[in-house]
This record gives sequence, C-alpha cells and structure tokens, in this order.
Amino acid sequence: MNITYNLPAIGTQLVLGAGVILVLLADLLTGKKNRDVAYQTTLTVLVLAGIICVMKWGSAGAGFGGQVFGDGFASFFNLAFLAIAFLVVFNSPNYLKRNEIDHGEYYMLILIAVLGMTFMSSAGDLLIFFLGLETMSISLYVLAGFHKSRARSNESSLKYLLLGAFFTGFLLYGIALIYGQVGSTNLADITSYLAGSANPLGGYMGVGLALLLVGLLFKMAVVPFHFWSPDVYDGAPTPVTAFMSAAPKAAAFAAALRIFYDPAISLGLPWDKTLWIAAALTITLGNFAALAQSSIKRMLAYSSITHAGYLMIGLAAGNELGASGMLYYLFTYGFMNVGAFTIAWLVNRRGEGNYLLSDFAQLGSRNPVMALLMSIFMLSLTGIPPLAGFFGKLYVFSAGVKAGLIWLVVIAVLNSVVSVFYYLRVMVIMYMREEEGLKDLEKAPTVAITAILCGLVILLLGLFPGPLLDLARESVLSLL
Amino acid sequence: MEAIFFIILSIIIIFSSMMVILKKNPIASVLFLILALFSTAAMYVMLMAPFIAAIQIIVYAGAIMVLFLFVIMLLNLKKINEGGAVTLKILGVIVAGLMMVVTAVVLRSVAIPADSGFLRSSPEGFGTVENVGMTLFTTYLLPFEIASFLLLAAIIGAVVLAKKKL
Repeated sequence: MNITYNLPAIGTQLVLGAGVILVLLADLLTGKKNRDVAYQTTLTVLVLAGIICVMKWGSAGAGFGGQVFGDGFASFFNLAFLAIAFLVVFNSPNYLKRNEIDHGEYYMLILIAVLGMTFMSSAGDLLIFFLGLETMSISLYVLAGFHKSRARSNESSLKYLLLGAFFTGFLLYGIALIYGQVGSTNLADITSYLAGSANPLGGYMGVGLALLLVGLLFKMAVVPFHFWSPDVYDGAPTPVTAFMSAAPKAAAFAAALRIFYDPAISLGLPWDKTLWIAAALTITLGNFAALAQSSIKRMLAYSSITHAGYLMIGLAAGNELGASGMLYYLFTYGFMNVGAFTIAWLVNRRGEGNYLLSDFAQLGSRNPVMALLMSIFMLSLTGIPPLAGFFGKLYVFSAGVKAGLIWLVVIAVLNSVVSVFYYLRVMVIMYMREEEGLKDLEKAPTVAITAILCGLVILLLGLFPGPLLDLARESVLSLL
Repeated sequence: MEAIFFIILSIIIIFSSMMVILKKNPIASVLFLILALFSTAAMYVMLMAPFIAAIQIIVYAGAIMVLFLFVIMLLNLKKINEGGAVTLKILGVIVAGLMMVVTAVVLRSVAIPADSGFLRSSPEGFGTVENVGMTLFTTYLLPFEIASFLLLAAIIGAVVLAKKKL
C-alpha cells in the first residue's frame, strides 16, 4: 500500500502539534508559580505556525492520499484561527491572574483546540473532519469549565459537554450512513458519487447528509440548535468566550463549506430550503433575544447567533460570492468579537458572572481610547460603513440576492436595523450615562494592545476590503 | 444457519437490553448490559469483523463495565423511590411505540441503490486484525495521530477539572 504523505500539506498542524508537547513540558519544568514560560512558548508556537501557514500559502497540495489539503482555503482559515488564538492568548494572563486560575494547561488546551480547527478546515475526509471537530470540542469543554470554583463555569462546561456529546452522535451517525452508501468517507469520493448517481439522495444518503448537517448546525449555534450557546458563553471564562464565539464558529463554517459547497451539485439537493428557514429563524430569534439582555456577555452571545444566521445566507446562496463573502465575514468577525469581549472583561467591575451593560457607564470620559475602540467594534458588528462588518454583510447579502433569496435578504436587512438598537445602546451608555462610584480601569497593556490591534484590523479591512476579498475568492476557488 | 444465529443473538440482545432498564437492582442491570455487549460482539463476528468484536469485548464489556460496577458498588446507591406519574409512563410507552413504528416504516421503505456501498462485498481479509493494523498505520496514519492528540486533550482536561489543586 503506497500513499504519499506529503508532510508540507500539514505544516501548520505539525508546528502546532509539536507546540502542544513543548508547552506541556515547558510548564512542567518551569514550576508552579510562574506561567510566563508556557505563555511565551504558546505565543511563539502560534507565530511560527502562522509563518509556516503564510509561507506554504495554498501551494502544499493534498496530503495523506487526499485526506488533508494544504490549499488556499485551508491556509485562509488556519491563519484566521491562529490570529484569533494569538490575540486571545496574548491578553489572557491578566484575566487568569485576576481570577486565580492561572494554570499552564489553559495555553495547552487552546493550542489543541486550534490544532483541531486546522484539521477541520483542511479535511479532505470525513474521518479527519470528525477527529478535528472532537479534538476542538473536548478542549473547549474543559476550557469552558476552567473556572472551577464558579458554579456558572461548571454549568457552562457540563451543558456544553452533554449537548455536544449528544450532537456528536448525530454527526457520527450521519457519517456512518454516508459511508455505508458511498463506501468511502473521502470527500472527493462522496462528491463523485453524488454527481454520478441518478438518485443522489436515494437510500440512506439523504438521511446521512441531514444528520451531518444537524451536527454542524449545532456547532454553529444556529436555531433550532442554539439553546446551549448563551449559557455556555455566559458561564465560560471571558477570554475563552471570545475564543469560542470566533474560532470554532469559523471552523464549523469552514467544514460546512468543505463538505457542502459545490455549485454544480448543491442544485439537486433540497437543502437550500432548510438553510433558508434556519437562517431566517436564527437571525430573527437571535436579534430579538439580544434586545432583552442586560448583560453584555449574553448580548454578545445572542448577537453571535444572529451573525451565524447572516453567514447562513452565504451558505444557502451556494455561489462563489456567497462563499468568499463568508470567508471575509468570518475573518473580520473574529476580530470584532475578540475585541468586544476583551474590553468587556476589562471594564467589568462586579466580578465574574455579572457583566452588566451599566459597567460601561462613563467609559467615554474614564478611558476615551477603550470607549472609542468599543464603539468601533459595536458599529462594525452593526454593519456601518466603512468598517469591516459592513462589507462582510454586503457581500453575503448580495450573494443572497444573486441566488434569488430576496426575501431572506429582506428579513436579514430588517433585522440589521433592529440590531442597531442594542449595539448602539452600549455606546449610549458609554458616552451619556452618569453613574456614581466608578473606578478607573485596571492598567493592562496587553489588553490595550489587543483591542487596538483588533480595531486597526477592522478599520483597515473596512477601508480596503479588496485584497482580503480577492484572497477569499482565490481560496474558495482552490476548494473546487 | 446464519439466520438462526442472527435471530437467537437478536433475541438475547433485545431481551438483555430490556432487562437493563427494567431491573431495579443496578448491579443486575449492569450484568445484563454486559450480556448485551457480549452478544453484540458475537454479531460483529458474524459480520466478519473479528477485530471490532475483540475491541468490543475488551473495551466495552471489559474496561468500561468494570468501571460501571466499581462506581455502583462504591457509591452504595440507595433505593430509588418509585416515583413518576402513571400518565407519564403511559405517555412514554406511546411515544416510544410511535417512534418504533415510524423508524420501522422509514427503514423498510428505503430502497438502497444498486451502486451503494451497503451492497458492495468487502475485499478479501477485510476487518481482520492484521489488515486493520496495516491500514491503521499506513492509509489512516493521520487520523490515528490526531486521535492521540484528542486523547491527550481529554486526559489533561480530566486532570484539570478533577484535581483540587493544580
């Protein structure tokens, strides 16, 4: 049996895998009191993996007999995961020390989660996709419960674990049925089966694909599989929430594009109707639930449900513009969310668990830079030009119009208008509300740098969306 | 001949699975679960998958069941009082029955296309320990390695969550 391994195809993953072991050993050897070595090693590993990713951009080809791809699509998403993880890890020590959960395992688990995601985005085989997803999920279950002494964190972890395990069952059952029908778990084989079969959804194929889709929709937190996400996001330590709302969602969408995106075939499947309904429900429900929240963390959790709904439009459209719009959207959305959550925990003054919107009162005069950055994130999440959030929405919506999903886009646009209310409320509180007894913000240079970086990325990608969109388009083309 | 074995095994599996939930004594439930898992292993042997059968016995009927038994014995469970409204039980039976009917109808109505993998015969030596080992370390080397990271995450995670002082 001869297969070419072509290790460069998994260059990024190799660096990350070695990094996991390295961080584990470094933390073991450098003692209990000091987590700096683990922290620095993690950052170095993420940067190195990023360098490898950029160096091998889209040129590595297929590896392990078509089980993984080092194509542009994988590189694009891997770079996004690495950037998000870097920003999250970069400002984590402050938070971890403040809450006395400063353990080296935190960094290692984040690295393993990123490793799992990179395999999801580069999977050419359902087996690799599934293992990547589980690797990511197991690390996230633990990270969500990392704040062991807090009941909310335990609840978050347990809820995520139980529901996640339940939906893994769906996913695996779907994969098993597809395997039974096609006789292979390789995506290329599945695609050629679908293209060549007279009745592609005959037998157990339709059920299998549906179950697979359900498993993915759960990870994306799309209605009706969204119930876990507000509680999990609310209970998890906030840097972990920032990470969870950005990277795994992108990974799930990346996997969905890998598995389902093929303009030539998706025409025969009735799944655009399913996605249509799911998208409309997700956008509307997420939006109206976000209106009622008094906690910034829960508000952002519901807002991330809504954004998953917007992204679903790109998936439902199933055309090239939709897919490349989704890539652009996911890339920029990660920065907005990381920035917003990071500022949220810096501003929070009532201790973990009570992230009230009123904590932001007078931030405009207490710390004008942070207030400005938070405004940028909120405006970008709303989709106000010329910020990156606007272009993400624009591309996805116009893809929807192009694919004839006019009514879905109308629903989405109306909902965007509604969303202005709760995003702008944060700004109103920051600049206009007076409140007594406010403390100055804790001095945290890493947090400031993270927020400034996120703000700059959003601003620059908003002012000059062309290059990233071209890159996204190229990446999508490498998918076919 | 195969059909007779299949029917006998199925009856044992269904019977023991029922007993798992019907027995009041948890130890008896667990012992019936072991029986169910053993008979499933026998099914795998009939399907020409000796490796899976061995794994089924070693991992499920062996390791996991021993853990179950230990936990039950150590916890020293008290008698669970017979709660639950009768209407709830009747409702449960109705829902489960309907579910079974629907599943049976759907499964029977599905026509499996001739080119499907379900109907393809497996190649010579498929599923033997030797061949599974060969493919695991050649074709499926990468999934095997990813699984090792998955387990590493699970081990570290269990320690992180369970240990009182890190």
